[in-house]
Amino acid sequence: MKITVLSGKGGTGKTTVATNLALSLTNVQFLDADVEEPNSYIFIRPDFGEEYQQVLRKVPIIDQNKCRACRSCVDFCEYNALVLLGEEVLIIKEMCHSCGGCKYICPKEAIREEDKEVGKIRVDKSVAGMEFWQGELNIGEASAVPVIEALNQKVSEDKTVIIDAPPGTTCPTIAAISDANYCILVTEPTPFGLHDLKMAVEVVKELGKPCGIIINRSEEDADKLIEDYASNEGISILTKIPFKREIASLYSQGTPFVEEMPEWKENFQEVFTKIKQVVG
Amino acid sequence: MEREFSRGLYQNKAGGWMKKLTVISGKGGTGKTTVTANLAALADNLILADCDVDAPNMHLLMKPEVIEAEVFKGAKVAVKDQLKCIECGLCRELCNFKAITSDFKVDEIRCEGCGLCVAKCPSDALKLELEETGDLYYSQTKFAPMVHAKLKIGAENSGKLVSQVKEKAESLAQQQEKELLLIDGSPGIGCPVIASINGVDSVLVVTEPTKSGLADLKRVLKTVKYFNLPAVVAINKYDLNQEISLEIESFCRQIQVKIVGKLPFSKVIVEAMQQGELVVESAPESKVAAALKELWQELSYELRIKS
Amino acid sequence: MKVAVTASNNTDLNVKIDLKFGRAPYFVIIDFDNDKVNFIDNSAKGATGGAGIQAAQTIVDQGVEGLITGNVGPKAFNVLSKANIKVYSAKEETIKEVLSKYKNNDLKEVAAPTNNGHAGM
Repeated sequence: MKITVLSGKGGTGKTTVATNLALSLTNVQFLDADVEEPNSYIFIRPDFGEEYQQVLRKVPIIDQNKCRACRSCVDFCEYNALVLLGEEVLIIKEMCHSCGGCKYICPKEAIREEDKEVGKIRVDKSVAGMEFWQGELNIGEASAVPVIEALNQKVSEDKTVIIDAPPGTTCPTIAAISDANYCILVTEPTPFGLHDLKMAVEVVKELGKPCGIIINRSEEDADKLIEDYASNEGISILTKIPFKREIASLYSQGTPFVEEMPEWKENFQEVFTKIKQVVG
Repeated sequence: MEREFSRGLYQNKAGGWMKKLTVISGKGGTGKTTVTANLAALADNLILADCDVDAPNMHLLMKPEVIEAEVFKGAKVAVKDQLKCIECGLCRELCNFKAITSDFKVDEIRCEGCGLCVAKCPSDALKLELEETGDLYYSQTKFAPMVHAKLKIGAENSGKLVSQVKEKAESLAQQQEKELLLIDGSPGIGCPVIASINGVDSVLVVTEPTKSGLADLKRVLKTVKYFNLPAVVAINKYDLNQEISLEIESFCRQIQVKIVGKLPFSKVIVEAMQQGELVVESAPESKVAAALKELWQELSYELRIKS
Repeated sequence: MKVAVTASNNTDLNVKIDLKFGRAPYFVIIDFDNDKVNFIDNSAKGATGGAGIQAAQTIVDQGVEGLITGNVGPKAFNVLSKANIKVYSAKEETIKEVLSKYKNNDLKEVAAPTNNGHAGM
């Protein structure tokens, strides 16, 4: 079972839901796929040690002896990753999208490819009763997708996998959803929350994934906004996390609220039961 | 700390120079847009720009009426002329993004517009074209004119759209002799946020006293400092965690960044937002509204705007 | 000796400089040896990505010694400094004004980025 937790925008409580849900279940594998801003470790407190796995991609390397400074590669590159300085071609690796094109364009066969690290994957195989994986995008890298795809390779089929997806509705989020059996959409009962929820729903529907909503910072009078939308769309509301200063304050210290409010573990277990009924 | 202010070339009606302020946050959910919208209600003679084009929210509070819309073309994609295609399969073989399907069509979602297939196609059947990725709007709101944009689902943001929103707002602000251009900045620390802060008179960073809030504040201030832009900080929900608030204050003191406002954790502001209202209007007597007014006074002093 | 200035328009030297580098509409190339002024279009203005780098290539190709603009991102800055082009930062003024400041050595030269880790912008 693979569950991805996402939201149309950052700051709605995606990490709160993912970490507290994971802490409430057994036999969990957690993947923090919010690789630009991995924050789940603050709540789960893993010890990764010194070791990590590199995520690599290909970037060009120029054999200056063969290069005739003809500029073909510079003119070809749509990403402006190549610059001609006098007789020398300079490569700006961060801009390169690894299309491999310059290698084929060069009339002198002066371009080869080499590996560049785009990110890192770290793991703590046993922390807080779970297996915890974290992807990190190196600063300066443009695309998070290779790191998330590498993280997807780590999925173990016999565990309950919980994926904390990057916020938004672009390629990195889609990469974190692509293998999921179920998506949890986290929102809050404000016009902002509803607007961003609609964007997330659009993506999830396009990918044909079953989904449910968790309302964070829930307040009775306000929830109707989300509830009306959800019932119109035929999406069920899995649970509501109340708007409480205590919860916000625990979050600010990096304490998962299920640790201080253990009755919430049962609540998340019920959420999981509902999901299992849908996925089967 | 003495600071040199840029002197805009365009004088406004009030006889001052038009000032530009961008509000950013680094992390999502700190209340950046809510703060910006409330500042817009407090300021006079301004124009608004929503540069948070990934997930624009300002319109939800400002309820703009669109006056003018234009299409934005922000990404290139390979387009095939079916009549010229000889189905040799070379494009499919070369493409690193697996964007050519088994029946030799271009998968627009996967295509990154690198142009390799275009360059290598033996029958000239492919070309790169700019693709529509969003819309740009010029609107009127209750408080001020506003420039905003919307990206299509799945479309990547770039500095390009942010620059266009900002430029459009700048030129309108000059035409209309506005005193202030107030920009809701982009999230993160990448190209879009730089495009939204480039060339402004001051950058307001809205943060919150949480561990991740502090980490993001440090990252984003590094970016602002790198560009030699004057930054000021406001702590939202400052009483949520006094310890981290103090840590934020001492960090800001250390790097000589002024704290211009502290807003209390407040249900009133959330309630206003739930109704799509601004707290300075719906609950002007509340503590948080008073704190927002103080914040605006500090900012207008920083920007040398009469408030 | 030649310098380049980012320009908001291409009519004359009374227009203001553009504070953007990569997406400035025009560059003006001033040759102090023969007092020639040449406005060129910035082909990078509409680039979908890497506008700063593409603009830097244009500036390098012009064979200038200095660039006067508002702000330059770290990647473009690296390209310019590898080509030995000095970058001067100016405020929102007319091209004429910044040029006279340049001649009087009144413009601030932008120092190298202290840390490449700032890349990602």
